[in-house]
Amino acid sequence: MKVIKEKHSLLMRWTHWVNFPVLAIMIWSGLFIYWANDAYGISIFGFTLIKFFPEWFYDYFHIPQRLAEGMAFHFLFMWFFFINGLLYVVYTVFSGAWRELLPNKNSFKEAWLVLLHDLHIRKTVPPQKKYNAAQRIAYSAIIFMGLGSVITGLAIYKPVQFYWICWLCGGYHFARILHFALTIGYVFFFLIHIVQVALAGWNNFRAVIAGFEVIEDQAQPKVQELTIETEDKDENKS
Amino acid sequence: MKTNHKKTVKIPLTVDQKIKRRTFISFGTFLALGSGAFVGWKWLLNAPEETAGITAGARAPLRRALNKTELFFRNFFSNKHLVKTYPKEEAAKIPRINSLIGIEDDEDFDIATWKLQVKLNNQKNRYITIEEIKALPKTEIVYDFKCVEGWDEIQHWAGVKLSDFLTHFQLENEAEKQYMGLETPNGAYYVGLERESILHPQTLLAYEMNGKAISTEHGAPLRLIIPVKYGIKNLKRIGMMSFSNSRPKDYWAEQGYDYYSGL
Repeated sequence: MKVIKEKHSLLMRWTHWVNFPVLAIMIWSGLFIYWANDAYGISIFGFTLIKFFPEWFYDYFHIPQRLAEGMAFHFLFMWFFFINGLLYVVYTVFSGAWRELLPNKNSFKEAWLVLLHDLHIRKTVPPQKKYNAAQRIAYSAIIFMGLGSVITGLAIYKPVQFYWICWLCGGYHFARILHFALTIGYVFFFLIHIVQVALAGWNNFRAVIAGFEVIEDQAQPKVQELTIETEDKDENKS
Repeated sequence: MKTNHKKTVKIPLTVDQKIKRRTFISFGTFLALGSGAFVGWKWLLNAPEETAGITAGARAPLRRALNKTELFFRNFFSNKHLVKTYPKEEAAKIPRINSLIGIEDDEDFDIATWKLQVKLNNQKNRYITIEEIKALPKTEIVYDFKCVEGWDEIQHWAGVKLSDFLTHFQLENEAEKQYMGLETPNGAYYVGLERESILHPQTLLAYEMNGKAISTEHGAPLRLIIPVKYGIKNLKRIGMMSFSNSRPKDYWAEQGYDYYSGL
């Protein structure tokens, strides 16, 4: 029998969907700023593997010569990014939702099982409450990355007034590198996230908008069957 | 009768109906809010440019946000927050030249006849020579010069503390005003600075770079070094100094940049 099971609180859904466009705007306007001094790349033995970013990339997204505009957008939307993130963190801490989010002592071991399962190497479904171990790690990490962006951002934004934040971030240069690297991290997170959401299917996606999941109720038969046949337990879990 | 009838036959929704209903309401709300956000974004993106004045070139709502954000972050400003300094050896031997506005476009400039023009409260001008300025105690600083573009460079400058300068030339009354304006002799480049930043102990009127007289490209004979601001505020070749209670005109603030541009 179908049962409605509450999954995501309204606040979690709200902050998730506010963050998506806000972060997109932060990355977009951040590119305008980065372009004015696009110093980063990855090179090995003097050979440049990746340059952040090639000309075609800038041209495609109309990035060049928009520094002032980028700063104006960045310094407005930073407020929304911060307030929205703060809202989520405060809620998560005080509602107790952090218990389902933060990795526990088994998570790092179980995350491997999730990975192997997702890559179709292992058949057994890893244990899962609201989030599985890999999700716990990923979704906690993304929150800490957000915090990292705020802190490194402040370090670059006011390196004199917040000299101690700048020092904490390893100086002005390193803070700027971290701020940039975190952004690259968001892009990778996004790509994997999209694939995972697509694979997880409708029920999972609906939960992030409607808040609930539909599950097949097993509670009642479970109690009865358990006394007769314990082998059913594994089936029920999957 | 009819309402009564309805009440009596009201049966609880089945799970499937509940699912449908909640999904419909949620997705409807999501789409409505999403569309609203999209319309809001389009509005901002297509918002008219601010009326050109002291600041210009930014979308009007974004300029309002920049100004509000400035007010918030100015709360954290303190003259006790000093810029990190470095040993002289770490300073760039050939400091970067990024812009020559107000210098390369001024062919009539003659350094020999240069005097700093200070506009006094009584509408009169005072003219100060470089020798008078050099006679004041010299302050040196080796710090990380930061450009709004994102690059930075450790540079070595020396000159007179702006606060010392104001005291020595009895410009305290002028400096009571909220802003100082600086311009190149040809008026092509100009900046506005708030009082708290000009009185910062590391703000200099510099005449030496790497222990030698400043080169033409770096703003000879006298330039501003204000470490609590981005490079765009560090005006080269100061010609005129003025004081006011409203924002003086500012070259880059007219090009869409933040007026404050503080670090």
